[in-house]
Amino acid sequence: MRAPSRRLVVGGGALTVFFALSVSATGQGKPTVKAPELPGDLRTQPRLDAWIRVGADGRITIFTGKAELGQGLKTAILQIAADELDAPLDQLDLVTADTGLTPNEGVTAGSHSMQDSGAAIRNAAANVRWLLIEAAARRWSAEPQSLATGHGTVRASDGRSLAYGELASGLDLSVDARPAVPPRPRGGGPIGQDVPRVDIPAKLAGGQAYIQDFRPPGMVHARLVRGPSYGTALGEADIAAVRAMPGVIAVVQKGRFLAVVAEGEWQAIQAQQRLQAAPSRSTATRPDDIHSWLLSAPAQVEVILDRGGAEGARTASAAYTRPYLMHGSIGPSCAVAQAKHGELTVWTHSQGVFPLRKAIAQLVGLPPEKVRCRHMEGAGCYGHNGADDAAGDAALIAMAVPGRPVRVQWMRDQEHGWEPLGSAMVARLSASLTPEGRVASWRHDVWSMTHSTRPQEAGRLLAGQEVDPPFQAPPPRPIPMPEGGGDRNAIPLYAFPTARVAYHFVPEMPLRVSALRSLGAHMNVFSIESFVDELALLADEDPVAFRLAHLDDSRAHDVINAAARSFGWQAWRRSHGRGRGFAFARYKNLAAYCAVALELEVEPVTGEVWLGRVVSAVDCGQAINPDGIRNQIEGAIVQSLSWSMLEQVGWDADRRTSFDWSAYPILRFPALPQSVEVEVIDRPTEPFLGVGEAGQGPAAAALANAVADATGKRLRDLPLTAEKVKAAMG
Amino acid sequence: MRRVSRNPALAVVLVGGALAISAWAAENPIASKGQGLVAIGGCQGCHTANSGAPFAGGRAFETPFGTIYSTNITSDRDHGIGGWTEADFERAMTRGTGPGGKRYYPVFPYPHYALASREDIAAIWTYLRTIPAAATEAPPNHLLPPFNVRSLLAGWEALYLHPKAPEESGLDVQARRGAELIAGLGHCGACHTPHNRVGAEDAARPLTGAMAEGWYAPPLQGDSPAPAPWTAEDLETYLRTGLSDHHQAAAGPMGAVTAELAQAPESEVRDMAIYLSGLMSQAKHPAPVDQAQAAERTHPEGAQLYAGACASCHDVGSAMLRIGRPSLAVGTPLHEDRATDVIMIILKGLKSPEGKAGPDMPPFANSFTDDEVTELSAYLRARFSREPAWKDIQSAVRAARKGVT
Amino acid sequence: MTTLHLNGAVRSVSSAQDTPLLYVLRDELGLNGAKFGCGLGQCGACTVLLDDRPIFSCVTPLGSVGDRVVTTVEGLGTEAAPGRVQKAFEAEQAAQCGYCIAGMIVRAEALLRKTPKPSERGIRAALAPNLCRCGTHMRILRAVRRAAGTPA
Repeated sequence: MRAPSRRLVVGGGALTVFFALSVSATGQGKPTVKAPELPGDLRTQPRLDAWIRVGADGRITIFTGKAELGQGLKTAILQIAADELDAPLDQLDLVTADTGLTPNEGVTAGSHSMQDSGAAIRNAAANVRWLLIEAAARRWSAEPQSLATGHGTVRASDGRSLAYGELASGLDLSVDARPAVPPRPRGGGPIGQDVPRVDIPAKLAGGQAYIQDFRPPGMVHARLVRGPSYGTALGEADIAAVRAMPGVIAVVQKGRFLAVVAEGEWQAIQAQQRLQAAPSRSTATRPDDIHSWLLSAPAQVEVILDRGGAEGARTASAAYTRPYLMHGSIGPSCAVAQAKHGELTVWTHSQGVFPLRKAIAQLVGLPPEKVRCRHMEGAGCYGHNGADDAAGDAALIAMAVPGRPVRVQWMRDQEHGWEPLGSAMVARLSASLTPEGRVASWRHDVWSMTHSTRPQEAGRLLAGQEVDPPFQAPPPRPIPMPEGGGDRNAIPLYAFPTARVAYHFVPEMPLRVSALRSLGAHMNVFSIESFVDELALLADEDPVAFRLAHLDDSRAHDVINAAARSFGWQAWRRSHGRGRGFAFARYKNLAAYCAVALELEVEPVTGEVWLGRVVSAVDCGQAINPDGIRNQIEGAIVQSLSWSMLEQVGWDADRRTSFDWSAYPILRFPALPQSVEVEVIDRPTEPFLGVGEAGQGPAAAALANAVADATGKRLRDLPLTAEKVKAAMG
Repeated sequence: MRRVSRNPALAVVLVGGALAISAWAAENPIASKGQGLVAIGGCQGCHTANSGAPFAGGRAFETPFGTIYSTNITSDRDHGIGGWTEADFERAMTRGTGPGGKRYYPVFPYPHYALASREDIAAIWTYLRTIPAAATEAPPNHLLPPFNVRSLLAGWEALYLHPKAPEESGLDVQARRGAELIAGLGHCGACHTPHNRVGAEDAARPLTGAMAEGWYAPPLQGDSPAPAPWTAEDLETYLRTGLSDHHQAAAGPMGAVTAELAQAPESEVRDMAIYLSGLMSQAKHPAPVDQAQAAERTHPEGAQLYAGACASCHDVGSAMLRIGRPSLAVGTPLHEDRATDVIMIILKGLKSPEGKAGPDMPPFANSFTDDEVTELSAYLRARFSREPAWKDIQSAVRAARKGVT
Repeated sequence: MTTLHLNGAVRSVSSAQDTPLLYVLRDELGLNGAKFGCGLGQCGACTVLLDDRPIFSCVTPLGSVGDRVVTTVEGLGTEAAPGRVQKAFEAEQAAQCGYCIAGMIVRAEALLRKTPKPSERGIRAALAPNLCRCGTHMRILRAVRRAAGTPA
């Protein structure tokens, strides 16, 4: 089983899966496929030296077009590369997303990095290792098959060895990867180990870890001057007074785009506040009731599943809603840009430096090759937040202050007011049951605005919309299945004999929206898994058993059984005010499997929910770094509980009203669960799958199911606030 | 699993059909009315310890006479009022006497509750019986002699000048109801009416402003120092949300009051607002001013502190003012006759209930020295009011510090 | 010029007196630990110690610091020689994006200086002013327990 199955993973065996992904990866802004037989993003960039270079000093540099977002990407990529190269981790260096250095891997999103970049680098590393063996074989006039590797050296059976660095001069990596090369014998490498994250030590001790900490010599500070939120415009500002303020270098005005540049950051902030004292007006119409509006707005309807068959006798239906949600990064968006000798460099925490480069080139009127976008880590973004806009802002200002690096950081109210939100959504579900209590038919309709307005064009950057004349934003388009956008995870994984699922895509967007971690999966899994519980109740069956009875995927069975076992589902003792909830999903129906079980207690007087134990099981194929996976799932669960219990963006006729953390509260320590446990089911022979977005949907639904279990009342409108719980209980 | 986020010392055991009883409350109109009146009476705020079960008591009250803990008023038979009769409850509410003849300390505002109608008290009783039993024993009181002798309270009772029922002539039906709630269940006088040396309210000067829990509860009648008139509409919004865009956010103990009033019936709060706004109709309103430059000349250090600590929220162009929140100039605290509230707000900040949207200001107790709080308060007074400078702010800061860790 | 007692050294800074300490630390002294998160004292990313107490450096003017001692996360240890709280965060891998973590470490340090063996409830209450958006809270709690030597 060893070598062959391994080869299958590295090479052609994974091909169908990756190929399927590539077809759907619109909105990821990737180049065209050149080598469809290769895994991951080797398909678009098959040359080995685009991914791996070996220096004469033995240092090996890995290049990934993906970015560290706090998800542990750097560590996982290094583990994969070191494992397959058979070299120690500390012999490797890593370069991440940079239009000047790395392959174009589109955006870092959708839990794709392991599939796209991890798979590519694994295969590239296997190729490089084999080329090193071949180089040594030539040196020694030996058969390559007779040689082995270990600890960054090629070894012969007679004890001779050559370090990789010594072989570098004879190595030509300007060749395309081959899909199947003899892989390293398995085991003993860093894959599957809890390797400590390489980025954490600096973050704990005040090292330079973020773009916010980047201070090139001569840097100046800029602040943007805008109305209170997207869909507002600032009136006449007192520019003359601000030009005279201490430290102010420039006020940059282009159409409605307005920014102030100062030597000191505090000086820029004070000038900004002075300019923002000008009155503002609303430029948008915002419906009072977004969910009614969604149901009546012009929509493109697409039936994404139509499995014909019979209807059952007993029927049920339910409607679920989700409000607009905010990414709410703790660190407001930041960028540094420098225009020099007709070229522009932008340091950014954008998820997609290559698409961003196109948009910025258009914005500033330079050819793309004169613009370089370099990723630097920011605070967690959780999707398309203000990062790209801040990069556009910095680029435009830098062009007006040539020579000096310009640092832009948004203020808290700008992050809250201007970031694209996660769309509000509505789902309507209905089903019928057979007399035996099995689902006979299923119907799911979901309404949503777009889940991607990521910029590849200047018109999708705030700055592009503010300059005169403004750039036009292309109309939003639905992200096609199987990944989907608002319809992500709308197709149930359950084996329902008759099922129809339709996506009502609403192109209009009264409030600015784009990709928020897990896109529509949070809402669709919340809806499906809530409704499955409602049906289990109707069928008078245990919700876990009911789920298992409708699933014919053995990996799904395994995560459900693991979560139920760790939680102690069978032995759980009921008492008044307490409830337990269960939920499950396979992210996008093609990535990681995740089940969540949790218990909670409802305070009957106030409706407050106190979270007890939360238990999860996850299967994301081969586990590269189990602790990293646990960290991601714990985070996904806690973040989703915050979304699902507390969060909703507010607005009035004039503006968004969720302008800071007081107006948009999120979960704080006192309200956290008692514990969160994650069990990782390792599948060493399966492809590795991303894991960052697998937990959000199941956590939301498990919460709703537990509230229903505790109170006997089903809440279908997120967030499940104490007020709603109290009102439901009466 | 009663969670770590609650005080383990006050661990609660829910027994017997808690949720079912609560659901029943919704279907019983009298209990439902009682629920609203309980919000007006502020019962839950006083009878719930920090992180404790609602109505299970144990909240500490620092009084001039010592520390008093609120009692458990859940339906628990042993620790709460589960074994009481309705008559027991009425006697406690109106005469401050428990079933065994035990007298309550007047931190429990029964002299006010005595002004409530029989129907209202009966409704409250009906509602409280639906509160799930919590077997929580309140800690013993720590009272300074001679106040630790309960029997002396009878003598105190004789001295006590009971709040008078408000003058109702000339009031319409809404204002009359409002007056009854303000003087009775709402017990606004417990904080806003001056107290004499033995802790009794001065019935001759109702709602003329008083110190309470280290804060100053400003006058709610013709002496109100509010710069903008308190219209009934503004007051209703303020009482129900803790925030009026024409005045200020509720701070200190008033924050807890408005958090509870958010649960009260709109019509009752409106009636209270109508009556109170009538009481304040004769108030002189100092015009809001912003004398930034003059204040900076006289208080340069205060101006610096303001610029670095306060301006990002409170000055023009800030996100908060752009969203329509009130300027410091229109809030009452800077126009009060003492610096107490301004000092307390600076030291303690404002906090909305966990997870709920609402005003939030960080505490500056750790950041500022007493001198800095003094300077900043003096600057704010000079900048945003034309009233005379406060005297001896320093002592008020020291006094306020005692209650701030 | 203003004299600042910072992380065991005396530093001279030229920022205006009204400048929030955060910008003095970051922009004039080149420290990275204290982060700009909100500028409003709502999120705790900027937390530093003033003497032994945690403050929001984003709303603490330079002029108000005086002779008091400022400690940032850099003053608690280095990558090579981490302090007790930093070690515990490393051991628990208590970071995702990590932007909030320096503030968490400083606030935890303040708690442990005042209360060496805090209760679980005490830890949660002490950390309440600090926000984390990645959902790393459970690991942060584990790290603080580990630093206190009171594993759950």
